[in-house]
Amino acid sequence: MFLRAAWLILRKDLTVEVRSREIAYTTVFFAVSCILVFAFALVKEGKPPDDGAAGILWIAIAFAGTLALGRAFERERQSETLRALLLAPAARPAVYIGKLLGIVSLLIGAELLLVPLVALLYQAPLLRHPAWLAVILVSGTVGFAAVGTLFAAMLVRARSRDVLLPVLLYPISVPVIIAGVRGTAALLQPAIDLETVRFWIALLLAFDVVFVTLALWTFEPLMTD
Amino acid sequence: MPKWFNPAAVVCALMFAASPFFIATSPDERDLGMVFKIFYYHMPSAWMFLLSAIVCGVASLRYLFSGDARRDRTAVSAAELTVLFGVITLVTGPLWARRSWGTWWIWDARITASLVGWMIAWSYLIVRKYGGPGSDKLAAGLAIFGMANVPFIYISVNFWRTIHPATTVVPKLPVDMSWRLWWCVTMFTLLYVLLLKLRVYLEQQRSRVDALYLAVEG
Amino acid sequence: MTLVRRLMVVLLLVLGLMTAVGHAQEPPEQQGQFVPAESLPQRERMPAAPLLISAYAFVLLALFAYVVSLSRRIGAVNADISRLESEIKRGNRA
Repeated sequence: MFLRAAWLILRKDLTVEVRSREIAYTTVFFAVSCILVFAFALVKEGKPPDDGAAGILWIAIAFAGTLALGRAFERERQSETLRALLLAPAARPAVYIGKLLGIVSLLIGAELLLVPLVALLYQAPLLRHPAWLAVILVSGTVGFAAVGTLFAAMLVRARSRDVLLPVLLYPISVPVIIAGVRGTAALLQPAIDLETVRFWIALLLAFDVVFVTLALWTFEPLMTD
Repeated sequence: MPKWFNPAAVVCALMFAASPFFIATSPDERDLGMVFKIFYYHMPSAWMFLLSAIVCGVASLRYLFSGDARRDRTAVSAAELTVLFGVITLVTGPLWARRSWGTWWIWDARITASLVGWMIAWSYLIVRKYGGPGSDKLAAGLAIFGMANVPFIYISVNFWRTIHPATTVVPKLPVDMSWRLWWCVTMFTLLYVLLLKLRVYLEQQRSRVDALYLAVEG
Repeated sequence: MTLVRRLMVVLLLVLGLMTAVGHAQEPPEQQGQFVPAESLPQRERMPAAPLLISAYAFVLLALFAYVVSLSRRIGAVNADISRLESEIKRGNRA
């Protein structure tokens, strides 16, 4: 029952997104502009900074993710569907999981485009170890989205919600971003150090577990008036 | 204010007045020299910073699940104290670091995590001030995640190759350093309790003002 | 067990595992112990003094500034309360 509710919500979000493609296009466009701005700012004499690729990739994901989160819940607010979701006879945590998986799918879709772009523009061998990179990206995205979904949902009814989402989200997601960047940077080394990569992945997974658990626990009281 | 408040305030003030004297006469550290003495104020401040983050997180949790306004008042007060002791820790640390490590700032695990924890407390206060209605619950959610950051700050020095002294330094302190440290820890803890009580009192009076405004208008 | 409770158990297990892994790793090169100095060469002492004094001065100043700010705010709120209470008393009498 719980999983079915989460799956239905996820399917609803994906269907809306596939039909309108609004968030997908705007998020990807914004992330690409981010990457280009960094390219113009940091490339010296045609050469990108040495370890820049990992950091730039994750910054683009973080900024684009914040935009996507704001937009996804703004859509809910405009159609008043969030209230309907909360009134539905589905467990509140199921609503959270459904929205979380929707955001994660969206961000992963964006990352599928961003990673080759960053690899190309910064001449970084990001695709050398695709399996490890995939694990890092997915676990980092889940950690970021876990906190982001919770706060974006809470902010739907607040004042100054556009400003407050970054204020709330960035300090808490900084450890996740750091772990993601260091893990990705470790993959970019000419001689890959698997132990370091595994360490950062373990840390990312620990963050995921902590954040998702805390979010599930507090989602119900936070969404109740 | 409760009966123990004034005597406790006097004791705390006396302890603070005495501290510079015995810190000045304490031995220097073999490798770090005289600047090591910042430790006697830096470490208790850091502990109060972490303690306050935990108090804020626990109070926020209890507020979320019980709706009791007293918990909310404690949470706000603890958040403000977290910012205060965080500033003290993050300023005394670099002053010490400039001398012992040769640089003002370093992006190692504990320092970065402490900075993040401090920013979380700061964003708590921003949300309370500008969030509008419902911001008390929002901020409570934020504080809970901030509290989850605390154990990470504390144990991070034991996991990473970091330049910051490990947590083993405290139990292994020799006696003539440790009594001074524990004096300062007691003094800072007492100060923390006093400040928290005062700040909660301010919140209580503010809610009385709100109730009085309603009574006047009604 | 509810899903949330199950996740809490997983969370505690993960944290326990992390701690175990952390202890199993090689401890990094860092200070494990503070050792008191018998004596120090004279030139070591001078540059440290301004940093030491500024650190202590900052702590005391920050604490003092906070206490002052707190007492100001409390004074303002208490003044508000007495003003409102006298207004209510006047309102009741009238």
